[in-house]
Amino acid sequence: MSNSIDQVRDEALQSLEKTADSETLTGWRGKYLGRRGAVAKLFGEIGALPQSERAAFGRQVNALQSELNTAFERREALIQSHALALDLEEGEIDITLPAHPRRRGGLHPSTRTHREFQAIWADMGFHVYRSREVEEDELNFTLLNLPPHHPARDMQDTFYTTDPNVLLRTHTSPGQIRAMRDLGAGGSKPIRVILPGMCYRQEQITARSEIQFTQVEGLAIGRNIRMSDLKGAIAEFAKRMYHPTAKVRFRASYFPFTEPSMEVDVECFLCGGAGCRVCKYSGWLEIAGSGMVHPTVLRNGGYDPSEWSGFAFGMGPERITMLKHGIQDIRYFWSNDLRFLQQF
Amino acid sequence: MLVPISWLREYVDIDVPVEWLAERLTVAGLEVAHIKYIGLPQREVPGVQMPRSDHLVWDRDKLLLGRIVEVKAHPRADRLVLAMVDYGAAELEQCVTGATNLIGYKDQGEINPPIWSAFAMEGATVWDGHSEKPKRITLKGKELRGIYNKSMVCSEKELGISDEHEGVIVMDHDDNYVPGAPLADALGDVVLDIEFTPNLARCFSMIGVAREAAALLDVEMRYPSFDFLAEGEPIVGQVDIDIREPELNPRFTLTLLRDTEVKPSPFWLQHRLKLIGQRPRNNIVDVTNYLTFELGTPLHAFDYDKLVERAGGAPTIITRLPEQGETLETLDDIVRDLGAETILVADTAGALSLGGVIGGGETEISESTRNVLLEAAAWNNIGIRKTIKEQRVYTEASARFSRGVHPSQPVLGCQRGIELMRRLGGGTVAAGVLDRYPLPPESVTVDLPIQRVNRLLGMEVTLETAADVLRRLEFAVALEGDVIRATAPDHRLDISSDQVVGQADLLEEIARIIGYDKIPNSIMADEMPPQWENTSVIIEERIRDILVAQGLYEVISYRFTSRESETMLVPTGAASSLPEGDYVEIANPAASERDVLRKTLLINMLESAVSNARYQTSQQLFEAGKVYLQRRDQLPEEPLHLGILLTGPRHDSWWQDSDAAAAMDFYDLKGVIESLLAGLHIDGYRYQRGSHSSFHPGRSADLYLGRECIGSFGELHPEVAARFKLADAKVVCAELQVAPLIQHHQRLHAIPSLPTTPAVLEDIALVVSADRTAGEVEAVIRQAGGRLLKDVRLFDVYTGDQIPPGKKSLAYSLTYQDENRTLTDKNAAKIRKKIIGAARHRLQAELRA
Ligand SMILES: [Zn+2]
Repeated sequence: MSNSIDQVRDEALQSLEKTADSETLTGWRGKYLGRRGAVAKLFGEIGALPQSERAAFGRQVNALQSELNTAFERREALIQSHALALDLEEGEIDITLPAHPRRRGGLHPSTRTHREFQAIWADMGFHVYRSREVEEDELNFTLLNLPPHHPARDMQDTFYTTDPNVLLRTHTSPGQIRAMRDLGAGGSKPIRVILPGMCYRQEQITARSEIQFTQVEGLAIGRNIRMSDLKGAIAEFAKRMYHPTAKVRFRASYFPFTEPSMEVDVECFLCGGAGCRVCKYSGWLEIAGSGMVHPTVLRNGGYDPSEWSGFAFGMGPERITMLKHGIQDIRYFWSNDLRFLQQF
Repeated sequence: MLVPISWLREYVDIDVPVEWLAERLTVAGLEVAHIKYIGLPQREVPGVQMPRSDHLVWDRDKLLLGRIVEVKAHPRADRLVLAMVDYGAAELEQCVTGATNLIGYKDQGEINPPIWSAFAMEGATVWDGHSEKPKRITLKGKELRGIYNKSMVCSEKELGISDEHEGVIVMDHDDNYVPGAPLADALGDVVLDIEFTPNLARCFSMIGVAREAAALLDVEMRYPSFDFLAEGEPIVGQVDIDIREPELNPRFTLTLLRDTEVKPSPFWLQHRLKLIGQRPRNNIVDVTNYLTFELGTPLHAFDYDKLVERAGGAPTIITRLPEQGETLETLDDIVRDLGAETILVADTAGALSLGGVIGGGETEISESTRNVLLEAAAWNNIGIRKTIKEQRVYTEASARFSRGVHPSQPVLGCQRGIELMRRLGGGTVAAGVLDRYPLPPESVTVDLPIQRVNRLLGMEVTLETAADVLRRLEFAVALEGDVIRATAPDHRLDISSDQVVGQADLLEEIARIIGYDKIPNSIMADEMPPQWENTSVIIEERIRDILVAQGLYEVISYRFTSRESETMLVPTGAASSLPEGDYVEIANPAASERDVLRKTLLINMLESAVSNARYQTSQQLFEAGKVYLQRRDQLPEEPLHLGILLTGPRHDSWWQDSDAAAAMDFYDLKGVIESLLAGLHIDGYRYQRGSHSSFHPGRSADLYLGRECIGSFGELHPEVAARFKLADAKVVCAELQVAPLIQHHQRLHAIPSLPTTPAVLEDIALVVSADRTAGEVEAVIRQAGGRLLKDVRLFDVYTGDQIPPGKKSLAYSLTYQDENRTLTDKNAAKIRKKIIGAARHRLQAELRA
């Protein structure tokens, strides 16, 4: 009977050599190692043998089974590695074919800039304070030290509503009065807020000017707020917003609601201060108006200006976004043109 | 205002480069917007960046002062002459020229005194006088009508001074001139273009700028003489003044010049006026303009004889408000109806001029004027602003008076003006100034403790330094202990007598002159205000982020619209679903289609979709912005709304999947809204069939949070879509209120432990009457399934052959799970039985085989 064991072994090993894929390999296993396969058959023959031969035959069949199992595993590993090699070699795709278009979505560029502002000022303890857009003449002008017929009213062309005392705010500054009255507890508490939002001016719409635009105004009130604090805070902002080594210049200017008043220039981040078309070859870009809160404004907000002081600043997010991205036309901002919005 | 450095140097020595001065002025608040160079080179100053100027730099060896000693006829050309120029060489140079202002000297022999002009030698570079565009030419010898010519006398255009090219430059004789000296030393100049903020009224003149420069450079200020030679009869008796509105006209002064001659001004005066952009007229008018710019006190000259004629004797100048229906023809040939607030200069016969703004035509200076009455007055700046607004007239005078001219100043103009007129035109000045000054302003003194300076600036400034700065600005300063007592100079109106405000005014002057760059940067050491969490800002931004993560783009629209536009949102015959109440209406709109503030975002969303449709088939947009709702006796409400719009295919076409994708519809939008609600952890919302008239009534829904409807969404009403020419594309929109979203968002929501037991999944299909909603069916399933039914997912809706008419099949994938134990088949079967039972009983549903 050992003859047939050898026969099964030879035949099995030979046919195993011929298996080329996992399908024929599975077929081979069924044929030789399956429940009704050749090895099982040999085990079935044990009973028919004389008692004396059974043990030896059984051992031989066991040995054959384990030999074939080992050979099978080796073959299986070989076929798998071949298949893997084949897949790696031939399963190549054209990686230059276009990607599946995903829909990305995006924030409006002004919102993005506002978030940057808010994050930087939040780190210095400034909270967002929202104020209204349709505003009283008194808050937009008079209480900010701009009484009727004040020359500085000419600087701002105003949209009035049909109620002559009500207008569209021309700047976020009326929010200063509201914040002082709302948060100052009768002029007894310090304040640090930023006031973001839409403002309006009755201007010709051109590539450089719009009838609506956003502003961010900052206001710090305390018993010991100094001009050096304003300089320090703005310098810190410029470092984070523009460049870690951004230089800042303060230039005397005039805003009725601050005194002293200053324009803030940052070293042109496009040319590094060497002069370029965008900075009109001055090396500086104007980024903010600022100053110490005017005593009259402090009074109108409920504070005693001989005890309290404060600083304020205002910036234009659209202008800064335009500078950063080289945008030539401010009209893009409210055009809602996806070709523009998809580029941020 | 244009400020020639040559003019400024009359009052202040400038030993620094002009570029550096420009930078100092700019940083001190007098913004130099532009620098124009005339002949002189631009200088590089370390730390100062300037645009490179492309002007003509005059060659010091080839562009020279020349003396035209004779003008000869050209032998072959009538229109050309030969100017014989002495430029310091041994022989005269013969220049062929067609200058119209030299033709008159032709063959007149030696000119005495000689004409000083600009002489360009061979090889000199000048602008081409005949070229429209700026073009440089270099002089080379050539024949001109048979005469060899290699040099020329220049026009202003050729030198880059102005556009004047009719004649050559003809300068006044000056004993200091030397033939052959560099022209740059005589006419070279730098002109600063300075922009003034409204607080700098005092600087709106050459002397005003010079004062600032003197303070900044810490040098002496040199004032011109205000003395005048008056050899005539006293002015008193020849004219009188009657001020009727001292508030509007606190001071009025007059001087009188008799027997003068009206003629063109000399070169120096014309040249200066031209440098600052003014057109020379005649010596009298030019002097009034000159002093307007030199001193900042606008003057007005009357023809005295015409006043005498009108009055029938010695005139009385009256300043008063107009009478009802009064009119005046002004110098610009406009007959003006005078409103109640326009202050007039008049005489007994009627109005003469708009005070401080513009003169009248009848009494103006003419060629034949012999006797000149010169007015200098002070006007209330608000009064002048009202006149400007009412009459829409802007003059150099009104520009100054509307900002404020201190009443101390006019008399100086009156004195210096009449003296200049006498020198230029001859004649005799009447003795004295007729000066009426009913309302002199009080002088302003402010006490400034040095501690306050240091505390507010955050910097140590010594008492001496602060006092010195104020003295440089011409304040009268006294020190009392640590307090600076400063009295404002009489040219300033901007220092407040309110002590705290006045201190701020002085503080600004000290900081500005010391330089803001000297103030250190510090970190706020002051008490930190209470910190709080700004929920509405956080949630608003989260709403934006959730929508962007779903592929939507944020838009921001004009807040302006028109009633007509918003009416387009309402189908014919339907009641509007827009917020009630009136619009906020703009009194002075930029355009008629932008005359109210919006009450809805839908209009903006649709307009955006229409304009983008030209370029994009698929759009996913949102806007989070205010709408404006008018309220009675209050400022309008400005609630934040959220608008969403989807249109176009659900997927963009792609090469592996080239079939056109289905268009986005109601369910896409519902998905966006539910993702938003999930992202805000808002549950307990529900829908009702849509009631918003702008939407398709069958394909829209109202969203409820609690009992409150917070907005609507759905497919656009077909009639509305057609009006926006969007009928071809399916458009779905939403408009929600943001405040309820903020109110209902869950700031803290519990996260249950993740189950470790396996879930059992199974599908069931229920056949129900076709008019049952999916919502009803799901509610019954969930209720019957109880705690262990974790998820119900509808995966198929079927109507057709395999089920009876009037019915539909809804196929659900159900997930059962118990966190505490593994569910057996038996447990699952029990739940399933309950669900099927409830569906049979409550929905008359059959299990689909
Ligand atoms: Zn630059």
